[in-house]
Amino acid sequence: MASPSGTPTKITQGSQTKGGIGESTLRPDGTLKVTGEFAYSSDMWHEDMLWGQILRSPVAHAEILSIDTAEALATPGVYAVLTYDDLPTEVKNYGLEIQDTPVLAHGKVRHHGEPVALVAADHPETARRAAAKIRVDYRELPVITDEASATAPDAILVHEGRDDHHIGHVPHPNIVHRQPIVRGDVEAARARADVIVEGEYTFGMQDQAFLGPESGLAVPEEDGGVHLYIATQWLHSDLRQMAPVLGLPEDKVRMTLAGVGGAFGGREDLSMQIHACLLALRTGKPVKIVYNRFESFFGHVHRHPAKLYYEHGATKDGKLTHMKCRIVLDGGAYASASPAVVGNASSLSVGPYVVDDVDIEAIALYTNNPPCGAMRGFGAVQACFAYEAQMDKLAKRLGMDPVEFRRLNAMEQGTLMPTGQPVDSPAPVAELLRRVKAMPMPPERQWESSEGADVRQLPGGLSNTTHGEGVVRGVGYAVGIKNVGFSEGFDDYSTAKVRMEVVGGEPVATVHTAMAEVGQGGVTVHAQIARTELGVAQVTIHPADTQVGSAGSTSASRQTYVTGGAVKNACELVRERVLEIGRRKFGTYHPAWATAELLLEGGKVVTDGGEVLADLVDVLEGEAVEVEEEWRHRPTEPFDLRTGQGNGHVQYSFAAHRAVVEVDTELGLVKVIELACAQDVGKALNPLSVVGQIQGGTTQGLGVAVMEEIIVDPKTAKVRNPSFTDYLIPTILDTPTIPVDVLELADDHAPYGLRGIGEAPTLSSTPAVLAAIRNATGLELNRTPVRPEHLTGTA
Amino acid sequence: MRVNFTVNGRPQEADDVWEGESLLYVLRERLGLPGSKNACEQGECGSCTVRLDGVPVCSCLVAAGQVEGRDVVTVEGLADYAKARSCGTSCGTSLDEAKGWQARGTDSQTGEGTELAPIQQAFIDAGAVQCGFCTPGLLVAADEMLEHNPNPTDADIREALSGNLCRCTGYEKIMDAVRLAAARQGEAV
Repeated sequence: MASPSGTPTKITQGSQTKGGIGESTLRPDGTLKVTGEFAYSSDMWHEDMLWGQILRSPVAHAEILSIDTAEALATPGVYAVLTYDDLPTEVKNYGLEIQDTPVLAHGKVRHHGEPVALVAADHPETARRAAAKIRVDYRELPVITDEASATAPDAILVHEGRDDHHIGHVPHPNIVHRQPIVRGDVEAARARADVIVEGEYTFGMQDQAFLGPESGLAVPEEDGGVHLYIATQWLHSDLRQMAPVLGLPEDKVRMTLAGVGGAFGGREDLSMQIHACLLALRTGKPVKIVYNRFESFFGHVHRHPAKLYYEHGATKDGKLTHMKCRIVLDGGAYASASPAVVGNASSLSVGPYVVDDVDIEAIALYTNNPPCGAMRGFGAVQACFAYEAQMDKLAKRLGMDPVEFRRLNAMEQGTLMPTGQPVDSPAPVAELLRRVKAMPMPPERQWESSEGADVRQLPGGLSNTTHGEGVVRGVGYAVGIKNVGFSEGFDDYSTAKVRMEVVGGEPVATVHTAMAEVGQGGVTVHAQIARTELGVAQVTIHPADTQVGSAGSTSASRQTYVTGGAVKNACELVRERVLEIGRRKFGTYHPAWATAELLLEGGKVVTDGGEVLADLVDVLEGEAVEVEEEWRHRPTEPFDLRTGQGNGHVQYSFAAHRAVVEVDTELGLVKVIELACAQDVGKALNPLSVVGQIQGGTTQGLGVAVMEEIIVDPKTAKVRNPSFTDYLIPTILDTPTIPVDVLELADDHAPYGLRGIGEAPTLSSTPAVLAAIRNATGLELNRTPVRPEHLTGTA
Repeated sequence: MRVNFTVNGRPQEADDVWEGESLLYVLRERLGLPGSKNACEQGECGSCTVRLDGVPVCSCLVAAGQVEGRDVVTVEGLADYAKARSCGTSCGTSLDEAKGWQARGTDSQTGEGTELAPIQQAFIDAGAVQCGFCTPGLLVAADEMLEHNPNPTDADIREALSGNLCRCTGYEKIMDAVRLAAARQGEAV
């Protein structure tokens, strides 16, 4: 039988060249990053550059009656002040999917911190002070902050006159998108249930809190264009949104990736890209914009906060009968990635379980809260928090062990998703749970030492709030399912350009893609792939820019799969061309040249038996081979708008966690003692990086379990904690040891059998911690993050 | 105003400094030393940590004028600083070393060939660097801890680095890196 397209008939070309896939090679940018020489977007500097500053709305919802820029413009050192009226073309909005986001506010602001005006000055403080002199007259409007206020009969529309492609199927114009999924017969299945549990869950608004602030440098060019050095997740998506607003053809907007200090979804949308270019084009000078942390909290979208209503049934022998759920995501003032988040939340709402009869609805609202969009886990995180709480409730009602209950209902290869799509690669859900449960437990009372209690090991830590009094331990488990790659029919491709030539007497491969390296280690993996496929030691990674085709987004756990796949594909094409040259030059010298089974290995052309036919230096003498080629994963389909049926996803990724916590029940303080993870990664191209991703994702899940939440005032829709003083992310003291068990079950549809891995560990981490806290305290805890008042009954 | 101070052993002079500027701003924007990072500029994240007369400080919280006449070490000077510490006063090139000397260029794309402090090498080897934005501050803080406490317990490491936020790694590989640097330091003695 012919293999389906994309199936690796040969896992690699067989090269044992050092530094190839499967090895923990070190980052090519590591030395620059430890010496301080790696140039991040905020490090860009140009002779004669100006500093840009954005004036943002101090209120969440208001009409703009007037803007007076005269005093700001008259400030010495100020070169330009721009408002909506200065935008150069008729295109004044942008957006990832729906172009609903104004570059600068026009007549109305819809959320706290919306950009209203821009200033360029010769010093950042001059720019800040001048921005403060812009007088904006606001007439405040009532704020829409939740589902009730958004869908009230007399609700003000956040966006008047919507004409996007979702408006036809949403029940209210303040709903961005709605995705129902129905399969089977829920009422009949419900009748078979011996127990039914319901729950209403709340997920708080999480921030990506990448450390490198939004920043970049726009340099005007002689041809009237502009060159932007920028930290982003997807250069070509930025370009597509920027060029029409700037009134420039795309080839006059050059984009080079500057160093990116983390992303986690927060750089999928534009931030200061257009603003810096507008100021540079207006003043004719290079313009640098760097947000501080306060502004960064307003400068990017957050993870959707959510309300989730779930009902599950099970028979008394522990088999799930049915599931009904309703997931309400708050998308805030602009659409961003909300429609795709709805698609994920609905299609992954069942979790990694077999449930044949489901009735699911997910919606995203337009409100006057901060815009929400992509963050690691993307809709699957919120659902996992809720369905895993339900699993524990069901197990408890049935008197079953929570892990055994999950294993009894775990999906496996061949299980149908609620969308009707079969899971056609390994789905080792039960095995991951078994593995994470089998890990050794951390010792009890590890704070005890010969010198008394080490408070650093206790809840409250160095605050010295307990020496063990009132401290109880709990253990919790969770498992999750995340899709990999862009879903629902999106044409999700990547481009790679690979060149092979002799440099300095050595064969060298150069890999050029537009992939945004945001810290995940894609650059490391690309070099490994090139070594494996081309048998060379020296690989140069060309800086990412728009001089090569799109690499898609560094999100959805997709880059190693898709851009990695594109690099592999381009290398294979280069290899064929190199062998053609070899046959032309040397084919007459050895009969093996006529066979198909030739490899590039250790800088030589060899037979599959290892006999050397030629040195690559000789083959490539006087010739360079270069290939640029797009590569696609298997196509997907949209979900049906009424039934949610459709083969919408490319691949799934699974992780399970076990959390061990200790809780000071008197003060409501939690110390996570250990957070163990087992994950199937298909194939670990770089084991060290894989474990690093799992531990990092786990920690972000821990953060939203016990501390991270953007607090939005429900009366004013204003953000109350835009700082690292008030928005807490885990420190090294808050973070426990994270033992990781990596399983490698190949997905035959993916390059090398690999699985996208970055997001899955962020899903199950949070519900595992919550389960452990419930186990310790006996409390129900239906919201995350858990705060002390929820544990002490003083909320 | 004009500020004169020493950075990584070299006298520096910064002119036209606005009185409200931080040491971080002067290092990054006036002296061409952007290694110290600007993740929060409010003293919460530690990414801008430098040594000021030997003491680790958040350079975003130090007014530039306060460093007049003082001594600053940044991540850019960490390798030299660690080298000077490890060889004390007898730092020099031995005759054998001098005879064996070979030109070793630094690759501008990868930095390969750069001489590193032990803590810098350990961060690379242990996989403690992802996006790298927290790395300079963590290196300065960890190096300072190992100077005073060459055999730290895990709790000591966590306490010493608790002022440095990292969003990528979950800190496990950072722990590994500091343990590795301490172990290598122990072996070298």
